[in-house]
Amino acid sequence: VSAQKPLGCWSVKHGQIITCPVVCNFETQEYIAVHDDKVLRIWKNKDINLDKVFKATLSADVYRIHSLPNGGPVVLFKGGGVRTLDVLLEAPQQEIENVISDEVIKWSEAFMEGQQPVLIFATEKDGDFFVYIQKLKMNSLHKYKLEQQELSKPLSFTAYIKNKIITLLCLYSNDSVYKVLIPLQQNTEEEEQILSKSLLLNLSVSGSVLKGTSFVVLDKDHIAVLGRLAASGEESKECLTIWNTKFQTLQTSKELPLGTSGQLWCYEEKFFFTHGKVLTVIMYKCETSSLAAAVGKLKDSQTPDVSSFVNWNTLGDKELVVSFESQQSVALKPESKMTLRSKRTIVAKVQPDTLSVGQLLLSLKDASTTVLEDELRQLMSKAQMPDLQATIGCVVTALINRCKQNPKYYPRNFLQQIVQTRDLSYSLCPDLMAVALEKKDMYLLQICLQQFPDIPEEITYTCLKVFLSISEAYLQRIDVNLESVICYIDIECNDKEVKTEILENGFNAELEQDVWDTKIPKKTHLMADGEFCPVGPQKAALLNAVLHSAYSETFLLPHLKNLPAQQAVLFLRYLYYLYVKCSEKINTTLPGIRAPTINQIMDWMCLLLDAHFTVMVMLPEAKELLSSLHKFVRAQVRFYSELNKIEGSLRELQRLHQQKDFQTYSIEVLELI
Amino acid sequence: IGCEDGSVKLFQVVPGGIRFERNLDRRKGRVLCVSWHPSDTRIAAGSIDAIRVLDVCSGQTLQRIMVNYHVQKVKRECIVWSIAFLASGTVVTSDSFGRVQFWDWERGTLLESHTVSTSSVLSLAVSEEEDSIIVGTSTGATFQFQLLPVKMGSLEKRWVRTKPFQHHTHDVRAVAHSSTALISGGLDAQLVIRPLMEKMQKKGYDAVLRKFTFPHRRLVSCARKARLLLFQFSQHLELWRLGSTDETGKDGEVLPVCRMPEHLVQIKSKGPEHIYCSCVSPCGSWIAYSTASRFHLYRVQYEGDGVSIKKVPEVPKLLLPAYQLQFSSDSGSLFVASARGSVHILQLLEPGGCKHLRTLQPPSGSPEAVYLLASSADGQWLAAVSGDWAVHTYNLKCSKHHCTVPMYSCAVTALAIHPLTNNLVIAYSDQQLFEFSIPKKEYTAWSRMVQNCGLHKVWLERDSPITHITFNPKKPSHILLHDTYMFCVLDKSLPLPDNSTLLMNQSTLKQLPETARQRQLHAFKICKKFQ
Repeated sequence: VSAQKPLGCWSVKHGQIITCPVVCNFETQEYIAVHDDKVLRIWKNKDINLDKVFKATLSADVYRIHSLPNGGPVVLFKGGGVRTLDVLLEAPQQEIENVISDEVIKWSEAFMEGQQPVLIFATEKDGDFFVYIQKLKMNSLHKYKLEQQELSKPLSFTAYIKNKIITLLCLYSNDSVYKVLIPLQQNTEEEEQILSKSLLLNLSVSGSVLKGTSFVVLDKDHIAVLGRLAASGEESKECLTIWNTKFQTLQTSKELPLGTSGQLWCYEEKFFFTHGKVLTVIMYKCETSSLAAAVGKLKDSQTPDVSSFVNWNTLGDKELVVSFESQQSVALKPESKMTLRSKRTIVAKVQPDTLSVGQLLLSLKDASTTVLEDELRQLMSKAQMPDLQATIGCVVTALINRCKQNPKYYPRNFLQQIVQTRDLSYSLCPDLMAVALEKKDMYLLQICLQQFPDIPEEITYTCLKVFLSISEAYLQRIDVNLESVICYIDIECNDKEVKTEILENGFNAELEQDVWDTKIPKKTHLMADGEFCPVGPQKAALLNAVLHSAYSETFLLPHLKNLPAQQAVLFLRYLYYLYVKCSEKINTTLPGIRAPTINQIMDWMCLLLDAHFTVMVMLPEAKELLSSLHKFVRAQVRFYSELNKIEGSLRELQRLHQQKDFQTYSIEVLELI
Repeated sequence: IGCEDGSVKLFQVVPGGIRFERNLDRRKGRVLCVSWHPSDTRIAAGSIDAIRVLDVCSGQTLQRIMVNYHVQKVKRECIVWSIAFLASGTVVTSDSFGRVQFWDWERGTLLESHTVSTSSVLSLAVSEEEDSIIVGTSTGATFQFQLLPVKMGSLEKRWVRTKPFQHHTHDVRAVAHSSTALISGGLDAQLVIRPLMEKMQKKGYDAVLRKFTFPHRRLVSCARKARLLLFQFSQHLELWRLGSTDETGKDGEVLPVCRMPEHLVQIKSKGPEHIYCSCVSPCGSWIAYSTASRFHLYRVQYEGDGVSIKKVPEVPKLLLPAYQLQFSSDSGSLFVASARGSVHILQLLEPGGCKHLRTLQPPSGSPEAVYLLASSADGQWLAAVSGDWAVHTYNLKCSKHHCTVPMYSCAVTALAIHPLTNNLVIAYSDQQLFEFSIPKKEYTAWSRMVQNCGLHKVWLERDSPITHITFNPKKPSHILLHDTYMFCVLDKSLPLPDNSTLLMNQSTLKQLPETARQRQLHAFKICKKFQ
């Protein structure tokens, strides 16, 4: 609120009390207030005296007026009766029925569902809570009873409507938010259905508990709660907090030391609440929720080949349940089948013609491997399918489950194909890399490292260890992507048959090659000056994939300490080699696609030295490497400092030269031809 | 018109002038800016610490908004420098606190506030679609604001500061917003046209940033025989003797200066008035200048290394101001360009006096003042250009109007009479060049040829006008021209360049062998390295 200036002010006469919040009728630009429970007042902006404006005395007490953007105001009476304002104004003294007997209304809210206004309100009687849904046009009223919660009761409610389902969120006194789904389409006249609720969020974070007073829904995955944050032994302080319900995390919080009224409103991406004596307005913005963002591991957006994240929002609740259950089904076969069947019947009723992905996967559970792969390929070829990401996640999970069940089964090519062509993430198929490690599928690990934005450090470390320990001979037989190394590594040609055929101007490459071949293997270990690559190209390509993956130091360092000393030395040797290679170029970048950057190399080198420094110092074979590394770095530092000096001098010279030109008077010869 | 006394006065535009109609509601505080609402029923006026909205019919103040309402503890007054009234009812203001603010005039509330500068925002202009605003600040920066949707495809729009520019050194006093460009004018005498690249369909003349330096007139006069230069500043004049060398060299060489340039005299003009025009006589012994209300003539005497300067007392009373001053080539008389197309001739007398000889005027009269003069070397001819762009020539021997050069539809930016042929060379603001023979009273054959062939496209697209024309006494076919950025020798004996050839070909020519060079030569020899 940039200009804090009242635009209008109206007051009732002394002795009268305004008994429900004033609303604005958006269609007529009128304000509607109720004072003394029964007296309705309607006025416009230009009216000054509230006493002289339209007045109507009603026959029953008003609980609240709700103004809907396209539906006009709706009046809710304390007895549970509902009327639109238009109907009410035709006959203000009309009789209003009492539908809730001696229950007390605690909260109400109104929505537009299509063209008709829907009113929801919650009542209480002797510790029991009831929810009423009133559809005005159809004049139907449904009553539900809220499932009881031991030792706690609802403090605050909020609700939104989506796809003809009202989602009611309740903040309970046990510091939890529960979610209740109420379908709108229900014509059965059953008596008092009981609404079951599910825990959405527990408002506690590392020992402290938020005693919420009011809350609002921000988007599908975020809610904001205003309340007192109480840690044991500390004084509680009032806070405005934003929570991610999908990952159960506290996204952000703001302390409000001056205290609030406990109320929170939210319109158009702005919070409104009182803080001390002022109304505070805070703008907010919710990023699309992703696991990577929730744990602060969003991958650097500068890397060009990072694929987009899996959109969790597309993963429907139903699919999620089914895929989880299919996972569990391995362990709990007899039980799960029962639940699954019942689940299937429910789903089938709702969607008779389209078979959901989860179901398809279930039906294929026992099919033969060829049938399974065919079906899955077919499924994935439906490019325009909604929720594609989620589907692929389910598909991969299903495949991995089968692999676990059947140790002989490993659809190598199929998995590689999926990972390569689709935007997967680690969290979408957490077991994939574990299985790949088990099966020593280096190529799959390489592409996973290159493409997944959210690999846990432990897995990254395990990959590194496997890559370093695996024998070069084994690696030469397998296929890995060499594009990150091909441009800078001096590949020793093993396929000499191809090479020898190339004879240029009578020069035989083979002879030269032979001479080199005999020398190199010895030298690679002897010369620790970084001139020769200490690992084969396949291993280098795999290590580059590790260098390329995202990590955070604090989580990686403890794992890295476990790396055997010999492997650590080898890895350091390789990093040193890369560093020297980088420094050869004027722009300090290695050529090739996905080649590690100088920063990645330096970061890993520092990490490795941090983790293994004492061991390195003790190891005789590492000594020489360390000293040459030290020399090289020192030389680099000197070189750059000299360059800096030269740059400074040149700039000074340039400046002097310019000054001279400007100031002096000169006579110059200009020849115009 | 908003007035210092706090009133807003309405005037009616009638043929040939404006007529006062009535006063609108007067309040305390001077009015610095006004803006009409597009419906013509309301006027927004910016004042000190406040803006007002006035109803045109009733003359009443409908709304008064304090612009400092929510700024706490402000001691300084806030000057609303510029205001704009949008069709939507939003009033945009720019003020001395460096803010650009958007107000809802009916409610009197602030919609948006953007602080763009720590010092004043002086000027403001809105595009015709009212989706873009340009503001100019006292630090020389200009900013564009655009009304953009808050999200892609969203209907809610906000004003966003989009493009900052720094083309001026200080106060940007005027801005304008055309459909394709932002235009700003500053106290640094620059006019900048910055095209909006998103509105440009193709590369070309319109898509280039253009900078005009003012004034478009010469501020340096030269005493050719005495090797002196007179520099005109806003409040003073400086007389310098040129340095010299006794060596020669090849192209690009810097020659040793054997005699350094010498600052001989500085003449300070008294009072607040700016110097309007000045001139030094070819012999260097006379200096004349004029301000809006006064005319001064000085006699300069050189005794060895010393210089003495004496003001000529009792100059004849002339109708002032003088718009241009020009000494005759023999330094015997001074031509004073004056109002109503008249040129006064003053006779200069030794040892230091002058008298009014006669006044020349076109036979048909002229409502406009003369602003450019050129006299011939033989003392027989004088050419004068008046504000209606008519070029009159006078015969000085018999003191009579000789002829009028055919009217051309552009302003004359420079003219000069050739010392040998008495051809009058005229440069127009559209970059056209004409040569008119005064004795024969007709355009020369070369001039007709130029008009038939047309000048080079690049030459015509230049922005800055030719401000000075002179001749090479040793080569009669040469005309020397210059503007702010370039110096050109126009060789009439060479063929004109056509549009397919390179106009500025000097650097290319220098690399060619002699034989190939001959084929590439054309009349325009342009040099940009001359200042």
